[in-house]
Parts: sequence; C-alpha cells; structure tokens
Amino acid sequence: MNKSDSTTNNWEAGNKKNTTRLGMWTAAWVLSTALMAFGPQLVWDFATVPTVIAVLLNLAIGFGMILANRRQLRGQDELQQKIFLDASALTLGVGLVCGVSYDLLEDIRLISFEPSIAHLVILMSLTFLVGMIAGHRKYQ
Amino acid sequence: MKNRLKVLRAERDWTQAQLAEELQVSRQTINAIEKGKFDPSLPLAFKAARLFEMPIEEIFQDEA
Repeated sequence: MNKSDSTTNNWEAGNKKNTTRLGMWTAAWVLSTALMAFGPQLVWDFATVPTVIAVLLNLAIGFGMILANRRQLRGQDELQQKIFLDASALTLGVGLVCGVSYDLLEDIRLISFEPSIAHLVILMSLTFLVGMIAGHRKYQ
Repeated sequence: MKNRLKVLRAERDWTQAQLAEELQVSRQTINAIEKGKFDPSLPLAFKAARLFEMPIEEIFQDEA
C-alpha cells in the first residue's frame, strides 16, 4: 500500500491547500465588504474615487473567492461533491422561495420595516450549514 | 448496488483509511460505499477494480 503514498499525500495536501486558500479569499472578501460598507462614511467622507476603488476591489476579490470555491470543490471526492451539491440546491431553493416572500412582506403590509438583504444572506448561510451537516450525517 | 469492498479490504488487512488513500477519496466515502449508502461513479469503481486486480462485476453487483 505504499506505492502511491506520494500521490495520495499530494491529493490530501492539495485539498488542504485549496481549503486554506478558500478561507483566505473569504476573509479577504469579508474585509473588503466591510471597507466598502464603512469606508465612505468613516474614512474618506464619501469621496467618489476611493469609493469606486473599494467597490471594484470588493468585486475583484469576490470573483477570486468564487474561483477559489470552484477549485476547492473540484478537488473534493465525489461524495463530498454530492453533499455540497445537495446543500447548495437546498440553499438556492430556500433562498429563492423565502427571499421572494420576504421581499413582498412590506408591500402587502405584514411588516412595517424594509426587508434587508442581510437577513436573506443569514438565512442562506444557516440553510447551507444545516444542509452540509445533514449530508455528512446521512453518509456517516 | 451491492459491493464486496469491505470483504476484499479485510482480506488484505487494509483499513478504510488506507483504501481511501489508495483510491484518493475520503474515508467517509469508503465507509458510505461499504455500507451501501453511496454508489461510486464508474471511474471510481474501475479504480477499485484495478486496485484489487479483479473484474468490476466481481466487486460491484446490481441488486435488481
């Protein structure tokens, strides 16, 4: 069983590297989102040029995060990919159905505040987390 | 789909982790296949057949 140790270790090391890289891209995206959200008000007093730069930086890092996510997913084995796919499908469905309903709540006067995208992001994050946990438990 | 992965692995005194390393999948995937909770793809099934040096139909059988 030793003949493919180097290949195996490369595969495992590659997965860990991809996961670490995705974590770094995600952290960078969160930081750039915070910069875009709070920088104009707290740092540069709504000056247009730094605001545009912050938006472009956030988009660029966001796309980097998407590519890192794709690379990480492609490095996983087929069961891990299936668990991810199932959790993603659940998240998409819940996000779409609940998002549309939530968006209409103010229009039909069931709530008095304006629906916030942050609530939808939180819901989708929790749904994805639940989906991943359920998937891992299913195939234990 | 039934499979003889667990038996073949035991005959060779391999752990799930060792087999997972050889097939370049996670140990969870080997466990799920052995328990019949997950059917492997054709490429993974062929990889297992090559590893055990057996025809694929001697490892995986259709339950129908």
